[in-house]
This record gives sequence, structure tokens and C-alpha cells, in this order.
Amino acid sequence: MLTKRIIPCLDVINRRVTKGVKFQNNIDLGDPIEMAVRYSDGGCDELVVYDITASAERRPIDIAMVRDVAQAIRIPFAVGGGIATVEDMSRVLLAGAEKISVNSLAVKNPEIIAEGARAFGAQCIVLGMDPVSTPDRAQCPSGYEITTRGFRERTGMDAVEWARRAEQLGAGEIVVNSVDADGTRAGFELTITRLIAEAVRVPVVASGGAGCAAHLRDAFNIAHADAAIVAGMIHTGEFTVEQIKRELFADGVPVRMHW
Amino acid sequence: MIAIVDYKAGNLTSVQLAFRALGCEAAVTSDPRVILSAERVVFPGVGAAGSAMRNLAGLHLVDALKQVAARGTPFLGICLGTQILLEHSEEDGGTPTLGILPGRVPRFQPVDRWDKVPQIGWNQVRIARPHPLLEGIADGSEFYFVHSFYPAPADPSLAIGTTDYAGVTFASMVGRANVAATQFHPEKSGRIGLRLLANFTRWSP
Repeated sequence: MLTKRIIPCLDVINRRVTKGVKFQNNIDLGDPIEMAVRYSDGGCDELVVYDITASAERRPIDIAMVRDVAQAIRIPFAVGGGIATVEDMSRVLLAGAEKISVNSLAVKNPEIIAEGARAFGAQCIVLGMDPVSTPDRAQCPSGYEITTRGFRERTGMDAVEWARRAEQLGAGEIVVNSVDADGTRAGFELTITRLIAEAVRVPVVASGGAGCAAHLRDAFNIAHADAAIVAGMIHTGEFTVEQIKRELFADGVPVRMHW
Repeated sequence: MIAIVDYKAGNLTSVQLAFRALGCEAAVTSDPRVILSAERVVFPGVGAAGSAMRNLAGLHLVDALKQVAARGTPFLGICLGTQILLEHSEEDGGTPTLGILPGRVPRFQPVDRWDKVPQIGWNQVRIARPHPLLEGIADGSEFYFVHSFYPAPADPSLAIGTTDYAGVTFASMVGRANVAATQFHPEKSGRIGLRLLANFTRWSP
């Protein structure tokens, strides 16, 4: 049986992993390579590494870091941040990443999804999206609007519409990172995660708000997510990936238990 | 020397890095002469069968691959490489492939609303028959998969391992004599995947 994936997320600034709430109050958490190795040895199924200031600083992603991660671990990982062109994607993949995550720059230029999928295959192209709940159902019928640039800008785009369009363009996977839930550790935003999972046929990854194993179970069982991103709850040392998996396994969720 | 066949079908960095982690030098090459003189050949690949076959023809690699497979060189297919070792793929409106192993490559037909195609993630491989590449690997170990099509060997005894997905039990590892091939990615399957690759570097079929 295909197992549900647990994916630690490393938000990197200047080669240090940081964690903030709603992109503010960033705290230094450690070296990205050491953390990648620790989580990989600890049984995570995949990793995602975001160079979170590359886009805002209009600079290319830190390729040396991508290469170091690729040398250090033997599980798949995705890389995001500042990826604007097929050449950027190519550099990241040749450095050893498995997938490329696009977000704000894909909102600005949706064709990048199609170009990336044509050049490298849809399985390489992950669309990250940061939806926020909105009362404006006239503009956003799903009740969720896409934000960009680290939640700073609203776009007026409906989150479910954007997911469908990205799938048509060739996104192979969609990460739904709820602005409302991000950093709260109060649970994933199950409503929008499920709406997107119902709207597309590609795998959906729940992101933002994980605080305990039950939150992941709900993302899988209620929202039909195929994978879930964890950050703060493991970065602080409060939980390990293994603990989360043991609890999920006991709850009947299919997870990989031997590594 | 291990030759990793480069036919412009995806990124070979992680395959090369995995062999390097094992202390084995592996050369990424498109040169038929290098492939023909290699001690071992790895045939990876992601992407579509049609363009892969066109690339193999354009690079004059079809005969070289058939020769090394026929004369006993340890040969490991991975993912798309595995699929095109068979005779025919349903991909790209039907594509004749290398025919090194008898069989075809159909697409998953989801039976459940939540069966996603491609299959992406870790799934169990049940050992269908003992094989030197699976030495030290427990029955039911999980490996990392990314694929929409799957190997369906003509002779079920070609299956080395099987996996369940989207309502089918498919041959996730196939082989005969010196040819072994995985639908999953051993190079991205952690310690257990690395063990399979280490077994390959020592394999004398």
C-alpha cells in the first residue's frame, strides 16, 4: 500500500534554518545539511528546502546548499524559492534535487509550470500555494484566496480555481500551505486542503499548522492529503518523525516504519 | 567501472551520488563504446517512453544496450529505464521499446477516487523470488516510486518483486539472468535502496 508521506520543511535564510510565525520573528534553528541528515536518518519520507528570501531579494537560489543536501541524504527532496525560469529549474535538478517548488512566481507567470513540466516531467513540478480564507465569495467562490510573497500580497485568485489550472498546466503535486494555520501548531486547515484534494487528481500535500500526530491523521483521513509537511513541532525537539509515525501507525494510517 | 547511461531522459545526479556514497566511481555517459566496455551498466531515466526511444536511437545506443544485456554484463534498469527494457509501452499512443525482456507497460487505471496517477511515494515491495540484489533486504520493505505506467512482464516468473497500487499487483522488480530492473528508485530509497545498489556492485550473475 502506498504510504502517507511525512515531509519536514526547512526554511533557510543565509544557509541557516529558521522558523517564524506568519513569516515574522524568525529564530535560528541550525544548519540545513545537519538537519536534513538528522531527519532523513530519523525516518522522514522526503524533505522540502525553501530559500525563503531568494524571491524577495531577486537572487537565484543557493545552489551550493542544494548540492550539499543532495550529497548528504538519499531520499527525495524538493527545493523552492526564487525559481523563475526553466534554467533555474535545471540548475536545481542537476544539483541533485528531485522536485522544484514554484509559488509566487508561478502566480505571476503560470506558463513556468507548463514549461517546467515539458522540460523535466510533471513529477518534478510542485505548485506551492498560500491560500487565506476570505468572506468575498463573489471573487473567490471557494472562500479561499491566493496570497503571494510570503502572505504579503493578496491576488484576488480563487485557490481551488488556481489548483485546477496549475494541474492542467502540468503541476505534478500541490502543496496547500494555509496562511491562517501557518505557524499556529493548532492543526492543518482541513477545509481548503480537502477542497483542493477533491478538485485535482495529483497528490496534495497539507502544510501549515501541524502541532501533533492527530493533526496529520486528520489531514490524511479527513482532508485526503497524500502527504503532510511538519516544521515547528519537530524543529523544537518536542516530537520526532518516528514518534509521529508510531502514533499514526497505531491509528491505522499507512506510514513507512522501517528505514 | 560502472556506466550510467545518459540518454537525455532526466536527471542522473542522484544515481551518481548514490554510487559515490558507496565508494564506487560511476561515469555518466552517452558513448556506446564506454557502455560496451563497462563492467556494469545502470540504465535509469524519467520522462516519457516515446522521446526516450527517439533519444536512444539518435545516440546510437540501442544496439549497445542490447549487446551488453545479451552478453552477461550486470545490468540494472531503473524507472523509465526498466519500462523500456520491455517490448511495448502504452505511453505516447503506444511505443515499441527495446524488447530485452518480454512484456508490455500499461498505464494505471484508477479504481478509487483517491488513487492518484502518477503514484508518488513509498510503497512496499514483496519479494516474489530470492535474488542477489535483494540480499539483506526484508520482504515488504518500502521503496520510493514515481510513475504512471508499470511493467507487466509476459512471463510472471520474470517478477522479482511485486507492489500493489490502484487496484493492481504489478511487477515492481523484474529480471532474468544478468538483467535486473526496478520500477522504484533505489537511489532515492534511503539505506534500504543503497543496500540494493551495493548488492548490484558486487553481483556476478
